[in-house]
Amino acid sequence: MAEYREIIFNSDKIQTDDYFVNIGPQHPSTHGALRIVAKLEGEIVQSIDPVIGYIHSGIEKMCESLSYPQLIHLTDRMDYLSAHMNNEAVCLCIENALQVEVPERVKYIRTIMDELTRIASHQLWWCATGMDMGAMTTFFYGLRDREPILDIFEETCGARMTFNYNVPGGLMFDIHPNFQKRVKDFIRYFRKKLPEYDTLLSGNVIFKERTKGLGVLSKEEAIAWGVTGPSGRASGYSCDVRKLHPYSAYPYVKFEEKLATDGDTFWRYQLRIEEMWESMKIIEQLIDNIPEGDFAVKMKGVIKLPEGEFYQRVESARGEFGVFIVSDGKKNPYRLKFRSPGFSNLFVLNELVKGVKIADLVAIMATLDLVIPDIDR
Amino acid sequence: MTNEELKLTIAKLCSSAEFKDGAQFLEVIVPAADLHHLCRELRHNGETAFDYLFCLTGVDYPTYFEVVYHLDSTRHRHVVVLKARTASREYPVLDTIGDIWPTAYSHEREVYDLLGVRFNNHPDMRRLFLEDGWGFPLRKDYVDPVRIVER
Repeated sequence: MAEYREIIFNSDKIQTDDYFVNIGPQHPSTHGALRIVAKLEGEIVQSIDPVIGYIHSGIEKMCESLSYPQLIHLTDRMDYLSAHMNNEAVCLCIENALQVEVPERVKYIRTIMDELTRIASHQLWWCATGMDMGAMTTFFYGLRDREPILDIFEETCGARMTFNYNVPGGLMFDIHPNFQKRVKDFIRYFRKKLPEYDTLLSGNVIFKERTKGLGVLSKEEAIAWGVTGPSGRASGYSCDVRKLHPYSAYPYVKFEEKLATDGDTFWRYQLRIEEMWESMKIIEQLIDNIPEGDFAVKMKGVIKLPEGEFYQRVESARGEFGVFIVSDGKKNPYRLKFRSPGFSNLFVLNELVKGVKIADLVAIMATLDLVIPDIDR
Repeated sequence: MTNEELKLTIAKLCSSAEFKDGAQFLEVIVPAADLHHLCRELRHNGETAFDYLFCLTGVDYPTYFEVVYHLDSTRHRHVVVLKARTASREYPVLDTIGDIWPTAYSHEREVYDLLGVRFNNHPDMRRLFLEDGWGFPLRKDYVDPVRIVER
C-alpha cells in the first residue's frame, strides 16, 4: 500500500502519455474550417498546432490572371466581415500607383462605409464570442443591431456582405438619397443599444471572472508576432493604421486610438466594444459634411500599373491589412500578396494557451477574432 | 531615421547590400549569405530598431526567387524593404529569420508552401495550406491541367 501511495504522489514515477484532441475543422467555436490539434495533459493545454488550408482558394494565384478591376471582387471573399476595407486597400494601392487623386466626396463615403463595416464586424464578433462562452442571448442582440447596417449596405450597393462598392478611382455608384438619414437613424438607435452589451456581457461577473488574466499577451510579444488590431492594442501596442498612416478621410476626423495595458482576454474584448463607440464618433463627424461632387474620377478603360512594387496598408476590423502588388506594366499583376491580419494573429495562439484549460482555449480564440477565409485566402 | 541615414547605417552593417531608391519605401537587396546577420543587427541596433515584420512574401522571377521582407520600427516609425534572392531556381534556399521575428516562421511556411523556397534552420518546414506532394502553385511554370482553365 505504501508503495502504491508513493507512486501516486510522486509524479515523476507515473508514466502518462500526452494525448491529442482535434478541435475542428467543423466546430462551431472555430468560426469556419480551422482545425486545432491540441496537446493535452488532463484538461490542461500543453501546446496547440493550428492546421489551416481547408478553404484555401488560391486567391493570390487567381489575381495573377485577372485585371485590376476584376480582382477587387475576390478581396471581399477573404475577410468577408471587413469586405469594404479590403476593397479599399486594393483601390488605394492602384490609385497611389497611378497617382490618381480621388474626389473628397469619395473619401468621405469610403470612410463612413469603413466604419459601418467595422461596427457590423464587431457586432458579429460580439455575438459569436458570447456564444463561444455559452451565452446564447448575445447572438440575438448582436444580430438584431447588425441588421440595420446591412440594410444600409443593401440600399447603397445592392449587397449585404460582398459589396464590391469600391472601384479604382472612386465608387461604383453614388450613395442612395436615403443614406445620410438612415445612417443617422442607426447611430441614434445604436447609441441606445450599445450600453445593453455592457450590461449583458461586459459587466457580467461570471464573464469577468472567466476572462480576466486569461491568455495574457505582452506588448513585446504582440509586436514580435505581428499581432495587430484590437488584439494588439489590448497589449498596449499602438498599431492603428488609421492614426499612423492616415488614408481617405481619417486625417479630417478626431477619434481616439483606444489602448489597454493588460493584454488579456477581457481587454481584447473590451477594446472592441470601445472601438464601436469611436466608430460612431467618426461617422457622426462625417455624415453631415459629405461634400458635393463626383463619386468617381474617370479612369482609363484598361488599367495598367507602372512597373514597380506598391504596398498599401489599411486598418481592417481585425488589424492591419496590406496589399503588396508587384507590377510588370501589364494589365494584371505579376504577383499580388495580401497581408491578412488574421494570419499573424492566429499563430500567436500557441503562446497564449500554454497551461490554460481547454474550455479557455475557446475563449482566447474567440477574442482573437479569427475569420478563416482571411487566413486561408 | 530618414532613408539617407538608413542607407548609411545599413551600408555600414552589410557592405555588399545594394540600394534602390525612388520607390515607395527604401529597398535593400541583400546577398543571401548576409541576410540573417543583417536582420539581427537591424532588429537589435537601437538606432534602427526594426521590431515589427509586417509582411513577408516571395516572388518568382525567371532565374531566381526573391523573398521580400517589409520591416517597420514601432519606436522610430521608419520602414525598410529587404530583398533576398535565392542562388538558383532548382534548389531555392534561404536562412530563416524566425528566431529574430517569430511571426516569420508561419510566413516562411506559407512561402515554402506556395513557392517552394526552403528556409534553413526552420524548426517546422511543413506544408501549410496544401498537401504533401502538391506542386508549388505560385511558381510561374506551375501547370495544373485539371483545375486551371487557359484562356
